[in-house]
Amino acid sequence: MPKREDIQTILVIGSGPIVIGQACEFDYSGTQGCKALREEGYRVVLVNSNPATIMTDPETADRTYVEPMTLEALEKIIARERPDALLPTLGGQTALNLAVELCEHGLLERYGVRLIGAQLESINKAEDRDLFRVAMRNIGLELPISGFAESLADARRILKETKLPAIIRPSFTLGGTGGSIAYVDEEFDEHVEWALRQSPRHQCLIEQSVLGWKEYELEVMRDAADNVVIICSIENFDAMGVHTGDSITVAPAQTLTDREYQEMRDAAVAIIREIGVDTGGSNIQFAVNPENGAIVVIEMNPRVSRSSALASKATGFPIAKIAAKLAVGYTLDEIRNDITRETPASFEPSIDYVVTKIPRFTFEKFPGVDNRLTTQMKSVGEVMAIGRTFKESLQKAIRSLEVGHAGLESPALPDGKAGEDALWAQIDTPRPGRLWAIAEALRRGASVDEIYARSWIDPWFLENLRSIVALEEELKALEPGDRAHWLRHAKANGFSDRRLADLWGESEAEVRALRVREGVLPVYKRVDTCAAEFEAHTPYLYSTYEQECESRPTDARKVMILGGGPNRIGQGIEFDYCCVHAAFALHDAGFETIMVNCNPETVSTDYDTSDRLYFEPLTLEDVLAIVEVEKPEGLIVQFGGQTPLSLAIALEKAGAPILGTPPDAIDRAENRERFDAVLEKLSLKRPPGAVARSPEEGEVIAKRLGFPVLVRPSYVLGGRAMEIVHDVESFQNYMKFAVRASREHPVLIDRFLADAIEVDVDAISDGERVVIGGIMEHIEQAGVHSGDSACSLPPYSLTKPMIDEILESTRRLALELGVKGLMNVQYAVKGDELFVIEVNPRASRTIPFVSKAIGRPLAKLAALVMVGHKLDELGFSEEIWPSHCSVKEAVFPFVKFPGADTLLGPEMKSTGEVMGIDSDFGRAFAKSQIQAGNSLPTSGTVLVSVKEQDREPIGEAIRDLVASGFKVLGTSGTAGYLNELGIAAEPVPKVGHGHPDVVERIESGDVDLVINTVDSMPKSIRDSAAIRRSALLRGIPYCTTVAGARASVGAILAMQAESIGVRALQEIYPTD
Amino acid sequence: MKGRLPDPARLVLADGTVFRGNAFGARSVGAGEVVFNTSIAGYQEILSDPSYAGQIVAMTYTQIGNVGTNPEDDEAARPFLRGFVVKEVFEPSNWRSRESLDAYLKRHGVPGIFGIDTRALVRRIRDGGAQVGLLSTDPDSNEADLVARAKAEPGLDGRDLVAGVTCSEPYVWNEGLWQGVSGQVPRAARPSPAYRVVAYDFGVKRNILRQLVAHGFDVTVVPARTSWQEALAYEPDAIFLSNGPGDPAAVEGVQDTVRELAARKPLFGICLGHQILGLALGGKTIKLKFGHHGGNQPGQDLATGKVAICAENHGYAVDADSLREAGEPVEITHVNLNDGTVEGLAHTERPLFSVQYHPEASPGPHDAGYFFGRFREMVARHKAGETVTGAAVASGRSAPAI
Repeated sequence: MPKREDIQTILVIGSGPIVIGQACEFDYSGTQGCKALREEGYRVVLVNSNPATIMTDPETADRTYVEPMTLEALEKIIARERPDALLPTLGGQTALNLAVELCEHGLLERYGVRLIGAQLESINKAEDRDLFRVAMRNIGLELPISGFAESLADARRILKETKLPAIIRPSFTLGGTGGSIAYVDEEFDEHVEWALRQSPRHQCLIEQSVLGWKEYELEVMRDAADNVVIICSIENFDAMGVHTGDSITVAPAQTLTDREYQEMRDAAVAIIREIGVDTGGSNIQFAVNPENGAIVVIEMNPRVSRSSALASKATGFPIAKIAAKLAVGYTLDEIRNDITRETPASFEPSIDYVVTKIPRFTFEKFPGVDNRLTTQMKSVGEVMAIGRTFKESLQKAIRSLEVGHAGLESPALPDGKAGEDALWAQIDTPRPGRLWAIAEALRRGASVDEIYARSWIDPWFLENLRSIVALEEELKALEPGDRAHWLRHAKANGFSDRRLADLWGESEAEVRALRVREGVLPVYKRVDTCAAEFEAHTPYLYSTYEQECESRPTDARKVMILGGGPNRIGQGIEFDYCCVHAAFALHDAGFETIMVNCNPETVSTDYDTSDRLYFEPLTLEDVLAIVEVEKPEGLIVQFGGQTPLSLAIALEKAGAPILGTPPDAIDRAENRERFDAVLEKLSLKRPPGAVARSPEEGEVIAKRLGFPVLVRPSYVLGGRAMEIVHDVESFQNYMKFAVRASREHPVLIDRFLADAIEVDVDAISDGERVVIGGIMEHIEQAGVHSGDSACSLPPYSLTKPMIDEILESTRRLALELGVKGLMNVQYAVKGDELFVIEVNPRASRTIPFVSKAIGRPLAKLAALVMVGHKLDELGFSEEIWPSHCSVKEAVFPFVKFPGADTLLGPEMKSTGEVMGIDSDFGRAFAKSQIQAGNSLPTSGTVLVSVKEQDREPIGEAIRDLVASGFKVLGTSGTAGYLNELGIAAEPVPKVGHGHPDVVERIESGDVDLVINTVDSMPKSIRDSAAIRRSALLRGIPYCTTVAGARASVGAILAMQAESIGVRALQEIYPTD
Repeated sequence: MKGRLPDPARLVLADGTVFRGNAFGARSVGAGEVVFNTSIAGYQEILSDPSYAGQIVAMTYTQIGNVGTNPEDDEAARPFLRGFVVKEVFEPSNWRSRESLDAYLKRHGVPGIFGIDTRALVRRIRDGGAQVGLLSTDPDSNEADLVARAKAEPGLDGRDLVAGVTCSEPYVWNEGLWQGVSGQVPRAARPSPAYRVVAYDFGVKRNILRQLVAHGFDVTVVPARTSWQEALAYEPDAIFLSNGPGDPAAVEGVQDTVRELAARKPLFGICLGHQILGLALGGKTIKLKFGHHGGNQPGQDLATGKVAICAENHGYAVDADSLREAGEPVEITHVNLNDGTVEGLAHTERPLFSVQYHPEASPGPHDAGYFFGRFREMVARHKAGETVTGAAVASGRSAPAI
């Protein structure tokens, strides 16, 4: 069928900020979708509140709204743009839920917008567990026994049938938020209540547990002519019970006979038809009883998903792009396969390698949080690796993770029985380190059967692990003279040079030298969708140790860009965005671009983002191997965050040409003592501080500086282990437990500037001219990690002389360091004094935000500067001072982590960000709060509980709230103070001081806004944690800093004055 | 493989390429045309498919042997292929497994090689076309000798390989289709009345016979050399022509037999059976560069435009032009979308049709199972005295698949 001519404008909804369960895979799918639709001549209107996305680049859509993803804003956008159709299946659960709401409120009908891809009925059938169950019964498929509860009493009734353990799944949430497994009665009640609260419909499913069954996923596509194809099968290494996003997963399925696989395929085909997904992709999950092959359906997502991103990268079949084309009427046989160019998209990819995905966790950021892996997703990122065998693929994935592992190293365990017990405890209960625990148990002689009985991980996977461990033992036992002979075998089994070095007691460089001498070098194979049956025209490559190399490097001028690896808190999509921009800009400038990355969720690992894609771990060994094959003119290591940056010096030493700011300049900025010399030379101030190389030295320094001090390990990103320490005792604890300061791992100690304003600056330098991209004033005071703080561009309170001083200091720093490319500086302003906190001569987290705020693509400009262009020739020779205001707000994963405190500090905890754009600060801030899910009320009751020194600064803001009609509740001290100021505030007892106490008031629904600040004494934090937790759980907006509270009050007043408006990026910065 | 180095094995191609790997399965030498199969699952069904007689099969997927082997997944009494080539064999893990792949191949005397760059092999076949190879597990043989022997081996063209795989005596087949892995579809679920079919065994796969039974046929399987008079002596309602190995033009005597039967009875052919029907109707067959072997091929039904993902296994195809030149009233009903080759034929005047790919799957997707329903429909209407043609049945009103 040809494409539909009855529609011209298509509305695409993105997935909003990065949260656990919904990450940059939807930027990948949304970008692909928008590109595909525009290719067909449609006008695309895009809504997404997340500025750190390629999809919200003004070039990706015709009209781009970085606006709140609410019904109110969407209605305004629809009214302005009058789209003919809405494609809701590319923006994850967020887009799907919004589409459902738009339908149910009659807005689509009112404006004559048709849903394409999936109809409301299908979405409901797939998403509503009751309807889904009926649908599955209609086609004769089984589900685990389950029932639908809207109350605890319902749930208890259902439990009588399902028995314990039981799975609890809230309806309409993403990434299984609120889901859990209850093993005993007591936790059952608690988990059900939690789940009901998490569900927007106050519903949850109580489901029979199929723990220990094998888990599979099929990625299915259907077109308007009812052709159905399976793009990829995925088998989970972890058995049922661990969320698939938290499981190690492998493609294709490994342990099914064809008869079993085809039964599952038939079921998938029947399901997509019965649910009635018109066109596009769906993800269907199955559980299979390992004893008898019985299959039950677990769930279906009628949209592209995280797994479809993985499946696309795993097979080379671009699911989102094809889904978009199918949505406008094409059939699969009418679409060409980009990779083979000759064959149609109506086929099922066949792969001739094994793909392994391992999730990346960040539990270290949330002390006290339960790190068991259950049905609710907790990982923040993932890596994928491709190898010709599972062993090779697994070991490549392990070293891609960047968690300090080069292979299956032994975990640190106590000696004797205690160690044995600890080891088995790690196998019995799934947690992030289970893979290494299993390897260790095998090493200690445990049998595959024994481990299977306790982990339910299929013996096939365990046999593979056993085989790796056995080979390790053999390698270890080799005489040095015999090692060369075994190298190829070891490499083919995925062993890294570093792991071999560990096993042989040599250095990585020595192993590498031996390998090069012996000619044991990787070859590169192509990912081609068809297992080499047809010729592949896309250079999408992975390494292996075999005979034939298919890389076929060209003679073009080429630049290699190193990506950022797995997403984690502190290093996320923003860096991928920069890498993608570098690829685009350099391609347009005539270079061949070569991307290296191992993160399957990203736009950078799409095969048509760069000219060549190497899906490889970002380790020295793997990167150097590609450099040797490709021989690029230069490498960009400054855009992918700390991952590639940490390779810079070693790469340079090995002769790889690093573009832009030289590694030595990076070191000058990052090395404390060298940087002090720079500041001294430029007469710039920084908070007094020093480097400690032992706990004792640290204590002397801290006492000299005076408490509070800010402490952190050097060379970190995302404020890992950064703390504000108030006394000697906490200081000693920090040095002992948190960082273990040593000669190799020094700790930085600075005097903490209390109540200072923090400022972030992004600039580009070509070595001669420095242009400041943007100055961002933080809303939260210094001490809150810059990634977690909201910020405003332009600054909203800094004086003109201070801004000039910031501009001047930034220019001087850039020139002194010899920056060529991007540089980020963090300053603190205290009174009229400017302090330099840190300088990072690389792309920063704020580059996408600044680029969108000022309408200039900083990363593209910087990439061009790095290959020798001057800012003047690029037309970027002076600062841009926008007339509107942009506010960035951070988005946090607290709701995923029962037990985590929501207080902000120097350690970064946010996973994503949103951007509010409007004419003034108040309105822009208001938008940012709505987008971050912190929807400010315009009337109601505010609860105020602030620490003593905050009472005075907060007074004015509270008075404004009262004047605009708010009622005020206060904990005793705060209420008393407010009363003294003549502000009516009703006192409420603290927890344990009478009823109804402050938490009970929040839970009873009396409170619409919480303002809670607390000093950093552990006791005060503990005492007040219940307030913040209950606000979080009930979805009540809260502020934990005075500055945040003031900004919120300003926003409330602005919203009272006028409801929010919407504006497309293309209107703010018209493009020609 | 722990403790000692695995035995060496070599695969040499007639063009002189040598792949050095390790031996598994039987320790012997096998010679044949080297083909690759892109199916990810279903290696046991592939191994036991008699259509691979005279061939060495390389699997493009790299992890083979994961699910072992079991008595239920054999497509014939034994494998007829000459050798098996994989990247890695590994211990099985599946509740259905009764015997490892290694032991299975040993028991059936099939040599295997693992640990070679199978993708390089596949690319060589893809670019250079199918060629003869020799798989040897003899560590002492000289590589130049092996190449010379490979060069001296005949290819498939002009060889009647059916004679080596067809049954020696007629027999009745009763087993019906399986429901997934949970047992056979109950007899009561078979449609009635039952029609009698004589199935020519050119190397028939069991799942074809199961499909026929499931669609309400009483099935008598007969040897390939059975004359048309002998076949008609069974008083069949219809004739079925099975899949099988090798060059369709070289199967002795069968074209005349099929021509006679086609003039008298409704007839359905699969794979080699389809090619033989094409020849009997005056067409020609051509050898494909490297054939279609896998479970992911797009077969389009030209009447409906719908695309079935098909299991295919053939190195020859019916030449579309030759059919037109022959002047027989035949239309092409199905094509392979990857290369446009003929995948289905139907007669516009008589109750005859055939398909190149494998609607019985096993291994592979079940998308094309509707052919058996069409066959039953054609036979039923013919028996009811209606003038029904293959083309009418194939015109898009598809019967439901079972």
